[in-house]
Amino acid sequence: MNSFPSSTYFTAPPDWGWLIVLYFFFGGLAGGTYFLAALIDFFGHPEDRPLARLGYYISFPCLIISALLLTFDLYRPLRFWHMLVESNTYQPLFKPWSPMSLGSWSLLIFGIFSFLSFLGALAEGDRIGWSAARGLHGPGVLAKVIAFIGGIFGFYVAGYTGVLLAVTNRPVWSDTPLLGMLFLVSAASISAALMILLAERSRWTMPGLLALQRMDLWVIVLEFIVLIAVMFSLGPVFRAWLNLWGLLLFVVIIFGMLLPIALNWRRDWLGNLNATTAALLVLAGGFLLRLVIVFSSEGI
Amino acid sequence: MAEPMGFYTDTTVCIGCKACEVACKEWNQLPSTNGGVNTLSGDSYDNTRQLDGIHWRHVKFIEQFTETRQDGRWLLMSDVCKHCVHAACLEVCPTGAIVRTEFDTVVIQSDACNGCRDCIAACPFGVIDINPVSGTAQKCTLCYDRLQSGMEPACSKACPTDSIQFGTIRELRGRAEKRVEQLQQAGEKRAYLYGADEKMLGGLNSFYLLVDKPEIYGLPPDPKMPTRNLKSATWFSALGAVLVGLIGVINFRNRGARLAAEEERR
Repeated sequence: MNSFPSSTYFTAPPDWGWLIVLYFFFGGLAGGTYFLAALIDFFGHPEDRPLARLGYYISFPCLIISALLLTFDLYRPLRFWHMLVESNTYQPLFKPWSPMSLGSWSLLIFGIFSFLSFLGALAEGDRIGWSAARGLHGPGVLAKVIAFIGGIFGFYVAGYTGVLLAVTNRPVWSDTPLLGMLFLVSAASISAALMILLAERSRWTMPGLLALQRMDLWVIVLEFIVLIAVMFSLGPVFRAWLNLWGLLLFVVIIFGMLLPIALNWRRDWLGNLNATTAALLVLAGGFLLRLVIVFSSEGI
Repeated sequence: MAEPMGFYTDTTVCIGCKACEVACKEWNQLPSTNGGVNTLSGDSYDNTRQLDGIHWRHVKFIEQFTETRQDGRWLLMSDVCKHCVHAACLEVCPTGAIVRTEFDTVVIQSDACNGCRDCIAACPFGVIDINPVSGTAQKCTLCYDRLQSGMEPACSKACPTDSIQFGTIRELRGRAEKRVEQLQQAGEKRAYLYGADEKMLGGLNSFYLLVDKPEIYGLPPDPKMPTRNLKSATWFSALGAVLVGLIGVINFRNRGARLAAEEERR
């Protein structure tokens, strides 16, 4: 095939830039923190409830930011509703084989669940005095149902973006089927990192925090393995990363994955700053990972 | 539905006059320059440079010369949307703006498009781009408005050498096969048809007669549908969700961790 490693090199870049990178990051946080909060709701200790509430507090604002980023990335932002409703018939428009169509609906549905849990968390934390909202979070059946369904949609929102990139014809993105898995695992790691960071700032010491740190350690290990698998699955297209983007990816691996793994493993290295440092590195690494994946293909 | 219509482009008779580009721009009222900026490519006689939102036809100039330039040849090709039978853009478009017409051609409805650009990333030929005037994705419509009135598309009508031919796909394929045969008998053994049969994306309703490898013309040798990755990418993501979920459940149910935390607090 001469100097072209793949037929994907004959396509045009869609000009997905900073807004999309930020969307991938905040969308990952919105879905990931909700999933973790739901996990704590189901399997955590009663003392861990503030940690679960923290997850819901983060999820909904991140989702709002995500929706705004996506809307402003459109060349015709006022037509954002065309994603959901056919503009000439006003019939609902749903194409399950198109990740962007499915993702738009998922954002809407997840938004409802994220909002309900956000309200419930606010009520439980006595931040709003609306007693009717108390049932939306806590040990009740309604709260459990919301957390369960919302958690599934949260994970979908966190991972579909990688599938969306795979369902194109662009170099790197469509040359591996693993980007959805990578984004999903990374969403879990950055979400855990943000929750740990905020909990550490508040000097919380509930048992769930330690469980979250241990979980993040193993999730980062998984993320590292998936990223290596992505590199191998690219085959000859891996050469798209033999440049400054590849160097940045190397920095992500060292400082955004391996160093946080070491810091989580040996928790006495930096004393009180250990968990905070690891969390900050994971968050920066998660952002740069998305940046490299988006821009390395956009440049071809 | 009318019989599938399309283009057959015989690149061996293209003279690079760009009448097709001009006719396309005139009929479709596309700007001749991008916001008043003329960009010179420095690449042969090609200042159109690419197909995009305001260039729906692009005449490519491929110079194949020896280093001394004493021997060589020009390859000329008028490129356009392929109006694929299995169209990647139509498949991924989340707004329903991209439709298949009664002529089996693929058209973007500008009033429905919101400029998400998923179709640009999906097109295996790099045909689509945003038109800066409308802020929507645009490409060749195969002159849908002219076809509805029983007229021939502007580009093929203007082509002085019949390099671009318009007609029913069945008729065009027959004509193209005869031309390949004629060229091969005349000694041009490299002549072949690109995209004329169903093997390539179900068939291209705009197909080509080429005399070199597709990549020399900037065409993908093996164009694919974007949804080829849908199932595998979804399953791998689901696997990721299961693994993360398991890691979470194991760690949150791990009583040893809780005891260690309690000890640490003491």
